[in-house]
Amino acid sequence: MLTEVGTCPLLSVQPSRAQVDEKVQIVVMNLLPNQKVTLHSLHQSEDKDFWEAFGHYISDEYGTVTVAKDESLGGTYEGTEQMGLLWSMRPIPGSRPGLRLRKMNILTPIVIHISVYGGHLSQGFSQQTPLATSVTERWYVAPGVQRVNIRENGVRGTLFLPPGPGLYPGVLDLWGGGGGLVEYRSGLLASHGFASMALEYLGPEDLRTADVDVSYFEKAYQILQNHPKVQRDRMAMLGLSFGSAVTLSMAAYSKVIKPQCCVCISGSHVFPVDKSLFEVFEGMKKVQVNEENQVIHRNIILPIPSDPALKVDVGRIKCPLLLVNAGDDQNWASVESAEDMEMMMEKAGNRDLLTVLTYPGAGHLIEPPYSPHFRASNFILQGVKEKIVMLWGGQTKPHAYAQEDSWEKILAFLRKHLYFSSNFAVKAKL
Amino acid sequence: MYSNRSVSTQKRTCPLLSVQPVRGLLDEKFQIAVTNLPPNQKVTLHSLHQSDDKDFWEAFGHYVSDEHGSVTGFKDESLGGTYDGTEPMGLLWSMRPIPGKKCDVVRISVYSGHLSQGFSQQTPLATSVTERWYVAPGVKRVNIREKEIRGTLFLPPGSGPYPGVLDLWGVGGDFVEYRSALLASHGFASMALEYLTPEDLSLEDTDASYFEKAYQILNNHPMVKKDHLAVLGLSLGSAITLSMASYSKVIKPQCCVCISGSHLMPVEKSLSELFELMKSHADKLCVNEDNQVILRNLILSLPCQSTKVDVGRIKCPLLLVNGDDDQTLPAVESAEDMAMMMEKAGNRHLLEILMYPDAGHLIEPPYSPHFRATNYKLEWTKEKIVMLWGGQTKPHAYAQEDAWKKILAFLWQHLSAPVSTVTSF
Repeated sequence: MLTEVGTCPLLSVQPSRAQVDEKVQIVVMNLLPNQKVTLHSLHQSEDKDFWEAFGHYISDEYGTVTVAKDESLGGTYEGTEQMGLLWSMRPIPGSRPGLRLRKMNILTPIVIHISVYGGHLSQGFSQQTPLATSVTERWYVAPGVQRVNIRENGVRGTLFLPPGPGLYPGVLDLWGGGGGLVEYRSGLLASHGFASMALEYLGPEDLRTADVDVSYFEKAYQILQNHPKVQRDRMAMLGLSFGSAVTLSMAAYSKVIKPQCCVCISGSHVFPVDKSLFEVFEGMKKVQVNEENQVIHRNIILPIPSDPALKVDVGRIKCPLLLVNAGDDQNWASVESAEDMEMMMEKAGNRDLLTVLTYPGAGHLIEPPYSPHFRASNFILQGVKEKIVMLWGGQTKPHAYAQEDSWEKILAFLRKHLYFSSNFAVKAKL
Repeated sequence: MYSNRSVSTQKRTCPLLSVQPVRGLLDEKFQIAVTNLPPNQKVTLHSLHQSDDKDFWEAFGHYVSDEHGSVTGFKDESLGGTYDGTEPMGLLWSMRPIPGKKCDVVRISVYSGHLSQGFSQQTPLATSVTERWYVAPGVKRVNIREKEIRGTLFLPPGSGPYPGVLDLWGVGGDFVEYRSALLASHGFASMALEYLTPEDLSLEDTDASYFEKAYQILNNHPMVKKDHLAVLGLSLGSAITLSMASYSKVIKPQCCVCISGSHLMPVEKSLSELFELMKSHADKLCVNEDNQVILRNLILSLPCQSTKVDVGRIKCPLLLVNGDDDQTLPAVESAEDMAMMMEKAGNRHLLEILMYPDAGHLIEPPYSPHFRATNYKLEWTKEKIVMLWGGQTKPHAYAQEDAWKKILAFLWQHLSAPVSTVTSF
């Protein structure tokens, strides 16, 4: 529907309320033909920092710019990149260094201002008046997804349930060494039909005790499995970074945790299995630092040891396992670990369970699609409580591709192995 | 939309229900698709909504899946239910209250077989929840309390300034904001004006100067483009709009929209005088065999040759939107008479009339359900009655959808296009 009304540029962002892993269509109309414009995105994080991205475009002979079809000639991204205004965001000039963008309250949306400016600008956006602005929301939870606090038996987490009568497959969702309770990936998984529980297992108090060991994860798994809306024989574990190591360990050794499948992102099987987490972190002293004073963590497990006592016996794993790794992972030697795991599983005869995805040029933090990439960010090393800048690795464009592609494949993998009877509502969106 | 590639289709007995977008604006279409059914399976698509008053509303359509096991809302025909035929939005506009039992939340479900009742006792094959929002992201809501003027202003996101709309709802009890919220979502600074509230506002004070002050507040607002204003009214609000546009020296909009209105209601003085007049003609109030009140006849009986609004004086484009089964106001007869008056006065070229066959009085934004009659409290006697609004559900739904598009286009045309979001239809 169009009306011919003067030269007021029209900016359309559809849908205006989208899910975080959903693409948007950004179109500008009613410009002059062959007009230079800049498309700009702006977001204020929960920590009050500003993030932005921009692309330089030239309108066509009808005065239209269609981000999904047209090429950005420069800016924070180049080429035809439908979602470039999201994944290429970075802190605005003058921001504090080492920032990482994460949303902790996911019951409210991410709010992004998309604007179109005249000319090809690269800075000073706040001093210019845009030709048009549109506000768009991005949600980690679909309508009807329920958030449930889990505080049971010493276990701390948050369960997200899809809308509808259930039953749903369950996913135990483990983040990495940064600790805390990070909910957004579980919120998204629930929006795709999985009852997903984000588990807190690395907070300051936990590390002082030896409580966070195998039994903690087993209790958490059972709480999820026993939930009235969860299909007990359709369970998965999904881990990132340190959470991957935990996942592999549980899958190999636990008599209680017997998932239908596992996903390990940016992880490693090199993990002293009979120690508590506190002891594990104590042992990690072999960190290196680069010339920018960023900590390179990957070497601490290299070379991959041959001593079986130092790694999870992945030959014992009995369920399909998907490894998602980054070619430029500077934090864990996940690619080398995957090679070693493959050898071990070949020897043990369960190689057919393994699928490995490796993304060249991606960094360690492979998260849901369209979130910005940070090659390094501020981090608090557990165990020593030191504030450092951790090098994650990766380059922005290949990292963005890795996030988008791996998420689709992770969802497909989970659906394939957890998908079953007729009581099941899955919203397949990608 | 749903892609089949990522899911193996071998032994699938798990139907998938997709509703896109899951967060839409009230006036936005959605796409519903069911896949992975057995071929030629009878299913019922069902929608459920719980209103603020805790009443439940539902709609449903009976479908048969195709040879691929799919049902597609915008292509396939409903064979029965609360709507039939190919009606992509039927699950919304054909909703009706379930007998006995910022954002609206609607649950769309698919049930096995062709059901017509007892949905709450059945387990659906699949459910999806969709939200219907009154406001687009970034729209700001501002309470207006300036002296005795009371209303709510909705501002589009961004820095403005924006063309303004003074939004006058009709009689009907509660103060209604959502049309202004939607207008702001389409780029207009829209102010819903309260003028019929029991408490502080006395009817004697609700006269021309009240509306003029409200108009000025809007026109002088820093985010509003001065003298780029429209007045939009429904029912009594339309009568007021016509009166202001004809007589006021202060209210000079670029254009006006009058939905289901009449120039036969003398609103030039205060509303209390109008209501006195209505009261004095109470004997002309008609009631049909279902004891529903037909107000139109009362209005037609008012002595109005000398008091009807002199629309020949209007100087701006005027859009009339009417349903020809309007049982509340004689909108159609009024429109004909207005056309004659304007022909005589030489301003007929300003008038555009949209008339919708079989639509009733309450022509609201799209996809809201149709009510042929509802409980109502007559303003001038405080009597509780059942008011007959008129219209048949399907043509009324069509009228709402089509009228809204045309109203927005009319506003954009005369107020110059807004600089913010355009939602595609």
